[in-house]
Amino acid sequence: MIEVENLEVAFGKGDDRKQVVKSVSFKVAKGETLGIVGESGCGKSTVLRSLAGLDRHWTGRIALAGQDVAKERTKQQFELAQMVFQDPYGSIHPRHRIERVLAELLRAMQRGEGWDRVVPALERVGLPAAFAERFPHELSGGQRQRVAIARALMLAPQILLLDEPTSALDVSVQAEVLNLLSDLREEQQLTYVLVSHDLSVIAHMCDRVLVMKEGVFVDELTPEAFRGGEITQAYSKTLFEASFL
Amino acid sequence: MSNVETLPGRGGFGRLFGRMATTVRLSLSKLSREPLGMVGFIVLAVLVIVAIFAPWIAPYSPTAQNLPQALQAPSWAHWAGTDEFGRDILSRLIHGTRITIQTVLAVTLIVGPVGLIVGVVAGFVGGRTDAILMRATDIVLSFPSLIPALAFAAAMGAGLQTAIIAISLTGWPPIARLARAEALVVRNTDYVAAARLYGASPLRILFLYIAPMCIPSVVVRLTLNMAGIILTAAALGFLGLGAQPPAPEWGAMISNGRKFMLDYWWVAVMPGPAILITSLAFNLVGDALRDLLDPRHVRS
Repeated sequence: MIEVENLEVAFGKGDDRKQVVKSVSFKVAKGETLGIVGESGCGKSTVLRSLAGLDRHWTGRIALAGQDVAKERTKQQFELAQMVFQDPYGSIHPRHRIERVLAELLRAMQRGEGWDRVVPALERVGLPAAFAERFPHELSGGQRQRVAIARALMLAPQILLLDEPTSALDVSVQAEVLNLLSDLREEQQLTYVLVSHDLSVIAHMCDRVLVMKEGVFVDELTPEAFRGGEITQAYSKTLFEASFL
Repeated sequence: MSNVETLPGRGGFGRLFGRMATTVRLSLSKLSREPLGMVGFIVLAVLVIVAIFAPWIAPYSPTAQNLPQALQAPSWAHWAGTDEFGRDILSRLIHGTRITIQTVLAVTLIVGPVGLIVGVVAGFVGGRTDAILMRATDIVLSFPSLIPALAFAAAMGAGLQTAIIAISLTGWPPIARLARAEALVVRNTDYVAAARLYGASPLRILFLYIAPMCIPSVVVRLTLNMAGIILTAAALGFLGLGAQPPAPEWGAMISNGRKFMLDYWWVAVMPGPAILITSLAFNLVGDALRDLLDPRHVRS
């Protein structure tokens, strides 16, 4: 579903040039959830933003659903992959009602007004239809993140890119959102790439985990190895021990 | 899905009206907790009413001369006295609100959109466009507002229109800078990133996502600017470059009264409180609007 070859991302020019991601390659199969873990600043979010089409500083090859994509995406290519952001307080237009937030995608894509799709989209993420009338500031963090997920699913993408989708939420709400994401994946055969530094979230969600350090993948793990703590690679071990202390 | 019909957004004027009524009610209840702001709004409302109904409110004509009654002290017949041509000063002040309100509105309507568009485009597009627009802004900002107005009046002839254009010419840069600063912040938010991901065109992002977020602070700034506009207009009038005689412009009235100031103080003094009250009202309203529209300025 996703193929990435020799992806490199660098910002700045000349002496200021800073290479954030150094030639990474990976594949994600359809219906799979790939987790990427690493410390802050290791480049994991940059990989995700390049996949989504937000960062245009990359070189290499990215293919989504068997189709090579360029740095400038077409509307059809945007429909392949959508992203859920970390901060539900900043990722929804603060002056739009929820119905407008959800209908905007179809309007921007010039596919009609989109009002009739609002209620089904809300119901899909377990929110009552009455929420369509509200403003984002009238919703809790978990509810907002549900709206953000509903928005990402509006265009029926096959791939969902999740950038720390629960790290801004309370622990109890985290579980709800993660379960919602798992259910949606099964219902709609979605492919996830989940970036997080929370190892328990990764262990709960992912079929495969890549460990990233300073712009390269240093290890690949299964969730079983994670839960059992059978980690051999030195850096992964440090990371693992640091987060379960 | 019976609730689909009740969803708004598709016509439904009643619903739209209901929402607007709710917004107005909420704003009013917030405002009632701001007594000073309320005073500003009331004074401003009175001024607007006076301006609209000036011919019916004013006891005398603002321009008819009555030389036997010249330079009368304030009395029951002439509350604010008469000037050197026997014109009732109170009537002239009342008619002067028209000129003042007109100037303020015209300047604001020119300066607001121009400043907003320049600033938002500079902030959103960035790069060379930003540099060119902002250097142009800096150049205009370096003129004191009276100097181009003087040059302008000299070139085009003095008058109210000239004054309005001259004040507008130097009035937009602060607005543009403010809008640019706001746009720079909004441009990098996640909801704009999300909008890029669903293929929203740059124009759509500019006008539906970025510009609306800059409007509240621009409105606040414009309201606070209005006091300055009144003062600049009065200064231009005082220098004889604003509205021309016999139009009852407040600055020009002070300027006329200057000649008789020692013996007939009321001729020069009376327009002063009018200017003071109007500027103060605009400042109070601006402060109140900032509290209403801009959540970052929380009253401690």
